Amino acid sequence: MKINNTQPLEYSTEQNQLNILGFWVFLGAEIMLFATLFTSYFVYENRVGNGPSGAEIFELTPVLIETILLLTSSFTIGLAINAMRLNRKKAMLTFLAVTLVLGLAFLGVEIYEFTHYYHVGATLQTSAFTGMLLTTLGTHGAHVTFGLVWGLFIFIQIKKNGLTPATTNKSFIFSLYWHFLDVVWIFIFSFIYLKGMM
Amino acid sequence: MEFFERFAVPHPSPLIYASMVAIGLVIIAIVLGITYFKKWGYLWNEWLTTTDHKRIGIMYIISALLMLFRGGADAVMMRFQTSVPENAFLDAQHYNEVFTTHGVVMIFFMAMAFVIGLMNFVVPLQIGARDVAFPRLNAISFWLYFAGAMLFNVSFVIGGSPDAGWTNYYPLAGNDFSTSVGVNYYNWALQISGIGTLMTGINFIATIIKMRAPGMTLMKMPMFTWSSLVTNVIIVFAFPVLTIALLMGTFDRQLGTFFFASENGGMDMMWANLFWVWGHPEVYILILPAFGIYSEIISTFSERNLYGYKSMVGSMVIISLLSFFVWVHHFFTMGHDALTNSIFSITTMAIAVPTGIKIFNWLLTMWKGKIRFTVPMLYSVAFIPLFTIGGVTGVMLAIASADYQYHNTMFLVAHFHNVIIPGVVFAMLAGLTYWWPKMFGFMLNEKIGKWAFWFLTVGFCFSFFPMYITGLDGQARRMYTYSEASGFGPLNMLSFFGAGLMAIGFIVIVYNVYYSFRYAKRGIGDDPWNARSLEWATHNPVPEYNFAIVPQVNSSEAFWDSKKKGHKLFRGDYKEIHMPNNSGLPVIMAGLFFVFGFSFVFYIWAGVIISGIGILACMAYRSFEKDHGRHIKVKEIEETEDKFGGAK
Repeated sequence: MKINNTQPLEYSTEQNQLNILGFWVFLGAEIMLFATLFTSYFVYENRVGNGPSGAEIFELTPVLIETILLLTSSFTIGLAINAMRLNRKKAMLTFLAVTLVLGLAFLGVEIYEFTHYYHVGATLQTSAFTGMLLTTLGTHGAHVTFGLVWGLFIFIQIKKNGLTPATTNKSFIFSLYWHFLDVVWIFIFSFIYLKGMM
Repeated sequence: MEFFERFAVPHPSPLIYASMVAIGLVIIAIVLGITYFKKWGYLWNEWLTTTDHKRIGIMYIISALLMLFRGGADAVMMRFQTSVPENAFLDAQHYNEVFTTHGVVMIFFMAMAFVIGLMNFVVPLQIGARDVAFPRLNAISFWLYFAGAMLFNVSFVIGGSPDAGWTNYYPLAGNDFSTSVGVNYYNWALQISGIGTLMTGINFIATIIKMRAPGMTLMKMPMFTWSSLVTNVIIVFAFPVLTIALLMGTFDRQLGTFFFASENGGMDMMWANLFWVWGHPEVYILILPAFGIYSEIISTFSERNLYGYKSMVGSMVIISLLSFFVWVHHFFTMGHDALTNSIFSITTMAIAVPTGIKIFNWLLTMWKGKIRFTVPMLYSVAFIPLFTIGGVTGVMLAIASADYQYHNTMFLVAHFHNVIIPGVVFAMLAGLTYWWPKMFGFMLNEKIGKWAFWFLTVGFCFSFFPMYITGLDGQARRMYTYSEASGFGPLNMLSFFGAGLMAIGFIVIVYNVYYSFRYAKRGIGDDPWNARSLEWATHNPVPEYNFAIVPQVNSSEAFWDSKKKGHKLFRGDYKEIHMPNNSGLPVIMAGLFFVFGFSFVFYIWAGVIISGIGILACMAYRSFEKDHGRHIKVKEIEETEDKFGGAK
């Protein structure tokens, strides 16, 4: 394995560079995936059938908490990558842990939010609108869940192996993923919740 | 026993029972054969666990050929059923299943696999790379495709085939009208193989962007590599739409949502839109690599460089953009206003312009060339006029107001077979014949190949040209029979005759493989066609590392320059080569995906959960696995190169 020392560790081998490029392309596909979900959501937004509309079921408080949690976690993963570039393993691990804890808290609030929808009678099977709402939120939530497990694996690997070309590469790609989920959430917050409550 | 009742085929017939027996016997024969010849180890070590792009490509092509025969059998059954009025060979339900599986198998599991197979084999060689960017992911792509294909084919004997057409429109595909589990199979088989295709797209974009030989700028890439790059970009942008559409379909059928229902806010047209937002780009995913193959072949056998290289690239890029803005032309008649129809009518017609540019470029490449009418060249030469006819009838269909006459008639069936068969299928057969010596080290017999070509071409014309006429006269597609008074009988009989000729053509191709394997001359050299691009610069068959020394490129035809203009391709000495290790993980993971899909189709939640956990466990294993690949030592390279008759 040839290591190029003029580059940051996560870019230092040819395979590392390929991995990062490949992941950017994957994020392109993810953008199309969420774009399709959003488009479908806009189509079904007012097709509420016998079920409730968005304005009737959305609650601002949990949504705001989720937003703050996820946005903060996006900031802390940035700090983690910065610490990684400075080769400070302990700081890196701390910020990664904070990110994961924030992500977990986000997930907890989202689960609360989903049980709330269930109690007010907005389930997958209520109407096309509620179905699409929960599918869109659920796809994002599933991504976060997957990210938590992935992040945990990376945490263990850095703890065991230190900051190597392999682990830094994984961490950097994970940070791209995490920022991406944050961007998607901003769209969800603006175009699903705020638009729905207005 | 109650548990097993769900697996019964809802509309059994002697044909299906006979097929069950045949499938069972073939599986037993294969297992016994492999055991008898003690080939399990070889199969596992050399093929099932391989991460070599060349072998993965060959496995794609073998699977595609198997699917070609399955889909072809469906086609012959349809032509036979409609060859005379009031035929009682298939009933309406079976006919529905047959045309559905024919469409799905041919598009997803034959054409897609064939295209990706050739890409896998050829693209890394053409750009002078040792493998693709992510060899392990490449194996996962193949095995997911294979799991999807097998899942789809299992539907035929367990639980019933899908019967709502390959377009699977709702509400027909909903639970009310498609009562068997067939459409569940459709959703899961396409979902699983679709994930594989998306991964292929990512893999090849990274490969082509980052792994080209030194000196090969983007505008010096061979045309097939260019077409692959554009195709994979379309894959990455189009397939996620299908993923969501299939997910919504699965939810509707299996979890009780209302996305495509007619009540509770649902909208059935949403499926049609999502399907074609993916589906139209899909058409170009198939045809652009075909264009790339024709470009390579026409240039090689005219002994001239490709005319209008830049306009070829530009027109492909334009086609790829336009492909996302034409989807409504698939349902002009389904309730849009005139303005919407007009816009999509114009965007559709606009695609004829870049396509026309390509046609003229091919003609001008042949102009004053020294044309050799080999088998690949015959397919390419036949492609140009036949595809043009298909294109012109496509422009006829693009006229929204006139489409009210053509829509859902045999005219449409004639049109899209007219572009897909001379376009894609001929390209795949031409490409397979062209690159065959690179894959296996011997040539396919030219004389037998030409017989096959003529059977296929003449058979094609007899099969599909009559449909233009019956379609204009009002014969609807997807109808299992028609009355004698309609007068469609004689022309449909002619179609059946054509289908028979095509079937003979394909059998001749199989015979050709057998004949050439037995009798063809070995040791034909590295460059049997006198070709122009890099894949012919390495040995025949290709060593696992492709190139002992990475080639230096100075033009889009570096190999031709090395033969004619004294360009030196290989400079420097052998160095240690890094190669990826084999892995059993992809095939195991795909097996788990198969179980997952199958269990979900039948609502067996225990199976879903167990296989789901298994899939995640595979991913976790991969995350913690340390696999740095292996190195081929210089001495080993020297030995291999000497064996191939001298270093290059």
